[in-house]
Amino acid sequence: MKRIFMLTLLALMVMVAGCSGGGTSSDDGGKTSTSTEGQGQTDSNTTDSKETVTITYAGWGTSGYKDAYAMIVKAFEEKHPNIKIKIEDTPNKQYWQKLETAANGDNLPDVFWMNGPRFMQYAANDMLMPLGTLIKQDNYDMNNYPKSLVDLYTYDGQSYGIPKDFDTIGVWYNKALFDEKKVEYPNASWDWNKMIDAAQKLTDPAKGQWGIAANFDSQGGYYNTIYQAGGYMISDDKKSSGYDKPEAIEGIKFWTDLIHKYKASPTMAQMTDTEALNMFTSGKVAMLWEGSWNAVDFANNDYLKDKIGVAALPKGKQQSVVIHGLGHVMSKNTKHPKEAWEFLKFLGSKEVADIHTKTGVAIPAFNGTQDAWVKSQPNLDLQIFIDQLAYSKPYPVSKYTAKWSGLESDILKKAWSGELSPEEAGKQMAAKMNEALAAE
Amino acid sequence: MMKRRLSPMKTQEWLWGYIFVAPLILGIAVFYMWPVIQTFYFSFTEWGAFNKYSWSGLKNYERLLQDKVLWGAFRNTLVFVVWSVPLTVIFSIIVAALLNQKVRGLTIYRTLYFLPVVTMPAAVSIVWKWLYNGDYGFINYILSFFHIQGPTWLSDPKFALYAVIVVAVWMAIGNNMIILLSGLQGISSSYYEAAELDGAGPFYKFFNITLPLLTPTIFFVMVMQLISAFQMFDLIFMMIGDKSIAIESAQTVVFIFYKYAFLDNAKGYASTIAIVLLVVILIITAIQMRLQKKWVHYE
Repeated sequence: MKRIFMLTLLALMVMVAGCSGGGTSSDDGGKTSTSTEGQGQTDSNTTDSKETVTITYAGWGTSGYKDAYAMIVKAFEEKHPNIKIKIEDTPNKQYWQKLETAANGDNLPDVFWMNGPRFMQYAANDMLMPLGTLIKQDNYDMNNYPKSLVDLYTYDGQSYGIPKDFDTIGVWYNKALFDEKKVEYPNASWDWNKMIDAAQKLTDPAKGQWGIAANFDSQGGYYNTIYQAGGYMISDDKKSSGYDKPEAIEGIKFWTDLIHKYKASPTMAQMTDTEALNMFTSGKVAMLWEGSWNAVDFANNDYLKDKIGVAALPKGKQQSVVIHGLGHVMSKNTKHPKEAWEFLKFLGSKEVADIHTKTGVAIPAFNGTQDAWVKSQPNLDLQIFIDQLAYSKPYPVSKYTAKWSGLESDILKKAWSGELSPEEAGKQMAAKMNEALAAE
Repeated sequence: MMKRRLSPMKTQEWLWGYIFVAPLILGIAVFYMWPVIQTFYFSFTEWGAFNKYSWSGLKNYERLLQDKVLWGAFRNTLVFVVWSVPLTVIFSIIVAALLNQKVRGLTIYRTLYFLPVVTMPAAVSIVWKWLYNGDYGFINYILSFFHIQGPTWLSDPKFALYAVIVVAVWMAIGNNMIILLSGLQGISSSYYEAAELDGAGPFYKFFNITLPLLTPTIFFVMVMQLISAFQMFDLIFMMIGDKSIAIESAQTVVFIFYKYAFLDNAKGYASTIAIVLLVVILIITAIQMRLQKKWVHYE
């Protein structure tokens, strides 16, 4: 009896020692030598074709992806009986937190989703497997994807990711509200003035109804107008901010004027209380600039179903739209590089793109498969999202995007609330952002 | 180790005692003491991508002294403490005293007051967010009957923090009420009987018997309430959020800590903030311990 107690005590002691020993890390980076084995991975480092190997695949697929995931895994495992795929699905809000923790502990999933803002940080810190040699040896054709997306996942001339899907922005509008006020629907020929004019006509204070939601949103909002005004957020060499240039300020002013000057949009405070998206889906707002990823939700929304339309973004000084796309990458330290590469190739194949078009969540990046996505919602003119590719511009990123993208919401929101003028907000933003860029 | 020589029998007993408390002590050591020590160490380090960190000496502490945002957050936290603690304690005492009577349906009332405690803060936040909503909220709907156009409570820098204080007080009453109730039930009824013979009224009894004899419990509740008020985070995070235009006037120290540690990945500097907050709470608790001699009566 006493011996059992002593043993328990001993075991606990060992556990503590293990925890504290394994939890600390040396000064030159958080690599623990005592990383635990057996997290759904096989212990063998030899990848014999006869042995079953498990590849972990992580992403932030929402409910819309569930079916697609199942189909992809089934199709792949049939072709490769010796490889099992284990899916780790995390909501986007926690995904990056989790991934970073895994990267610190050298436990990155074998294959996982990557986005533009975070990509360089991972590539520059040697977390991702460079794909150049593998692409060459297998003659893998990268021309199957839009060049802007291939470039997004290239760092120092080396490819690290295979484009998965992409998204652009459109003007979603509520036909019922347009019909009521007898305003013509938005179309590709519209410019900013036409948009402002329509927004004013559609505003009806007595009913608590607004023409447009001047939503404080980067990808769905001011990134596009800054590009349309001929400005930029970050210079091509990633060294300086463009927020203090007159063009960028023009792009911000488009939104702040809609709120303060034309009174055609809810105020910033109202949109903080009730999200612009919810105002739109409850018929309080006639127009909303939002991404292609909303197509499924809007088309299935009970209220919007038969009222929803979508058009290309209006023209400022020029036509432009922000494009962003996700990529599939693999971990540099994967235990099974061969199998992970097999799976990565499969994820980039036309077959998988076709599976995704069926579910209609995102526009697949594989050239020529987009048509099926466009047809997935016959009542909506989804073609506009593809047509805008012609003049699309990249989502602004740098090595440590998060260091300055957080500043956008801290500083620029003050222009939306009216606390600062667009010029002042742009100036402050650029000053802070240049500081952050200089430190990269 | 031990100076005194213990008989073998005693040694046995001691050993067993330690064995029995070992799991708890170990738990506290591993999940509490060790992180505190680590945090202290990290407060002298600088963190980069993927948790690579290096020693940076007192740099974080220098930065902290010039951090206007952090001092603003300290100011907000103080406002939060100064309003929420007294209100919580006063309301808890009143509710506890009322629920100590013999009323019909006593258990129902007690349950009602205790419900916010067992509800998840996330759920509480969502419900109150709707109550406070500027355009469609219940509170502004009521105000509209009096032809008052209510503000967007949670998105207005003037009101946001106070709106959260109301919810925090409402949430904290239940817990403190239970503690105070047990304190009330520990007061011997002979005091009241004696006072009644002298013809004392209910108010006289409350202020001259109940309150003085309840002071030890009130003291405990106050210390705990102060500590948790200084660590306010969840309601601010869920009801206002870091994208809101009102956040600067409502963010607390722990919210800033979260921002630095998990949004900006400045974990070294965030550790510094945590340490400073710990010191502040320690000092304030020490002051309270000192002051208790003046007003806490033990029977």
